[in-house]
Amino acid sequence: MGWLSTHGGDVWTLLLQHVWLAAVPLVIGLLVALPLGWAARRWRAAYPILVTTSGLLYTVPSLALFILMPLILGTRILDPINVVAAMTVYTVALLVRSVADGLGAVPEDVRAAATAMGYRGFRRLLAVDLPLAVPVLTAGLRVAAVSNVSIVSVASLIGVAQLGNLLTDGYNRAINGELITGIVACLLLALAFDWIIRGIGRALTPWTRA
Amino acid sequence: MIPTIWTWLTSAQNWVGSFGIGNRLAQHVGYSLLVVAIAAVIAIPLGLWVGHTGRGRWVVSATNAARAVPTLGLLFALALWVGPHIPGRAAFVVPSVIALVLLAIPPILAGTYAGVEAVDPAARDAAKGLGMTPRQVLARVELPCALPLLWSGLRSAVLQVIATATIAAYIGLGGLGRFLIDGLAQADYAQTAGGAILVCLLALVADGVLALVQRVVVSPGVSGRRRRRRGIILAPGKDMGHGNVAHTTRA
Amino acid sequence: MIRFDDVTKEYPGGTVAVNGLSLTIPTGQITALVGPSGCGKTTSLRMINRMIEPTRGLISIDGKGVADLDAATLRRGIGYVIQHAGLFPHRTVLDNVATVPRLLGWDRAKSRAAAQDWMERVGLSADLADRYPSQLSGGQQQRVGVARALAADPPILLMDEPFSAVDPVVRQQLQSELLRLQAELHKTIVFVTHDIDEALLLGNQVAVLRVGGILAQVARPADLLAAPADDFVADFLGHDRGIRALSFVGMPRLPLHPELTLALGEVPPADAPDWMLVVEGGHPLGWVRTAGVQGAVDTSDLNRSGTVASLTASPREVLDAALSSPARRGVLVDDAGEFVGTVRASELATLLEAGQA
Repeated sequence: MGWLSTHGGDVWTLLLQHVWLAAVPLVIGLLVALPLGWAARRWRAAYPILVTTSGLLYTVPSLALFILMPLILGTRILDPINVVAAMTVYTVALLVRSVADGLGAVPEDVRAAATAMGYRGFRRLLAVDLPLAVPVLTAGLRVAAVSNVSIVSVASLIGVAQLGNLLTDGYNRAINGELITGIVACLLLALAFDWIIRGIGRALTPWTRA
Repeated sequence: MIPTIWTWLTSAQNWVGSFGIGNRLAQHVGYSLLVVAIAAVIAIPLGLWVGHTGRGRWVVSATNAARAVPTLGLLFALALWVGPHIPGRAAFVVPSVIALVLLAIPPILAGTYAGVEAVDPAARDAAKGLGMTPRQVLARVELPCALPLLWSGLRSAVLQVIATATIAAYIGLGGLGRFLIDGLAQADYAQTAGGAILVCLLALVADGVLALVQRVVVSPGVSGRRRRRRGIILAPGKDMGHGNVAHTTRA
Repeated sequence: MIRFDDVTKEYPGGTVAVNGLSLTIPTGQITALVGPSGCGKTTSLRMINRMIEPTRGLISIDGKGVADLDAATLRRGIGYVIQHAGLFPHRTVLDNVATVPRLLGWDRAKSRAAAQDWMERVGLSADLADRYPSQLSGGQQQRVGVARALAADPPILLMDEPFSAVDPVVRQQLQSELLRLQAELHKTIVFVTHDIDEALLLGNQVAVLRVGGILAQVARPADLLAAPADDFVADFLGHDRGIRALSFVGMPRLPLHPELTLALGEVPPADAPDWMLVVEGGHPLGWVRTAGVQGAVDTSDLNRSGTVASLTASPREVLDAALSSPARRGVLVDDAGEFVGTVRASELATLLEAGQA
């Protein structure tokens, strides 16, 4: 606690940076994964291709991906965009399957009933399929969010500032207080993300609470 | 940029010697195998026990919740607090190995437990009713049926370990991570990126090998490779492939 | 012979699943346990192979208490078939069937030979042997379940609602095949069902249980229909008891009437009766209304509404044949399916009334 009391301001700045680096990829990742997941469901042949590709992307170790991003994007190694891009890749990789499986979990008779009542194509997707896929989607997002918070901290090794700096600096200078603050802050941030996403998921699916 | 990385990767002198790619690769594979073996010896029996008896489910939830701990923080904390108590060169290795084992346990445990949990209750009831002892039910029915999920948990753990072992170079572990960490410290991008490419390839190859082994050890009856031609699939436990219940936070 | 002596199963919460059950299950016959859900029929069955242990009372097989035997050993000597088959998804059909022989320590070749033999006897084609359960239909899965239970040729077979998850057509096939098998095998079968018609069809004796695990009545099917012990049993038996009982009584000797028959392509004679039976190669095809036929009889003139009963059929089937016939004359055939004569409902009713009086 002693260390935190004198460094509160720094921690706050790093925390905001961390939130930014973890949350933006979550949003972009979801927006990219939705059409891809839908496509994987819509065309039989697309499913194995998309799922395999996202699985392969997910095998890439994070530090390696951070380091290779400048090669792909043409950015500088210290640019935070590298981290955002890498985290977006992981989020998409994880969520494509969640979206596909979530849409696949919509009962066939519900879908048929919606079609029979005159819903068509895109309208049915928005009004029926997507809402019913929310629980599976939420589960995927929660995993992605908790995972992102942990991975972002690794970016301190390539010099992009966020809560991971407390871990690296605390270790390098053997300051226990700083290291513990970093771990606890990451942990709390992960739990906060988890809690918020779960809350949104519940708010969107009032029928599951009955 | 790319030509210099290519030069670094292909020059023979970078491959030989105790600091060469060959040796680093061997170290990385060696540590990863050791860690996954230790984690599997702990997590598989535990997962089977929890799944078989239905007792101690909190263990699975607790290890799942523990995944929110940042991997980097876990590595550093163990290096800082456990390292100094260990003599010699092991001071660099033991904290890393402990951290990696801790990270590898949750996906294997969750996969094993989920696999046993998902076994068709009717199959379990029939096994008992036909005269299998509890041990035979576990070994002949529950374990083989749990294999697809167990195996994908293991694959997750292997990827997690290969990735985190790279970072563990920062606290003194050998392996391919050295090229990334040392390259960053020396601002030698060719070495850093070359190392990163090697780590990616290692992860891909390891996952590919495990996918092939899965085809051999998992019965086609539960892998989903053979299914009923019409109508629904009645058997539980389909091939979960990549993204799956056992997926974990990545390092 | 399996005996229940004052057997009670009480759960920790105080729920009584089976209450003071005393029942004798004779060797070589099918005993159906039937009742509404919560009547303890499945619990009773599962206490025989010790899947559930009774709270009080004694269950014995041929005089030996089951509680004194090692549970696994006991179970290997008793076939067990359950509702959803419970096949092992990771094993091929053949290996599923060979399960108990392998557990008993038979060698691989002998176990597989026995498994192949039993697959054939329950009507599974040999090319299913290498399939996995997920590749089979529901009816095939149940057959594999039955073959697996029989593979080590146990004298006792426990069947817990084995046919209730398959569609009615397949269920009927499985029921008649069970009866066919039983005619050869003479196993002691305990058959749990919630379907009273299935119990009446399959059981040599039927035990009706009421909610709370109390035995309401044990009797042969015909006796159960003729003399329900109380309102509960009467209600449970349902409607149409008089008609359904006709399935279980012996067929009185009927006077068979000859019939003027036609073949396809023939022209009905001028003095033809109102309805004539069309017979081709001895087999009845249907009735024709002679007044409606233009020239020669062809298949479009046929009325196919009448059912056909065999000479060995129950009075229920013969009565149905008579009532469903447009000519009001029921068609009877011999074992080869060849026409032997017709019967009138009124004559059958008279004989049945006389017989029952």
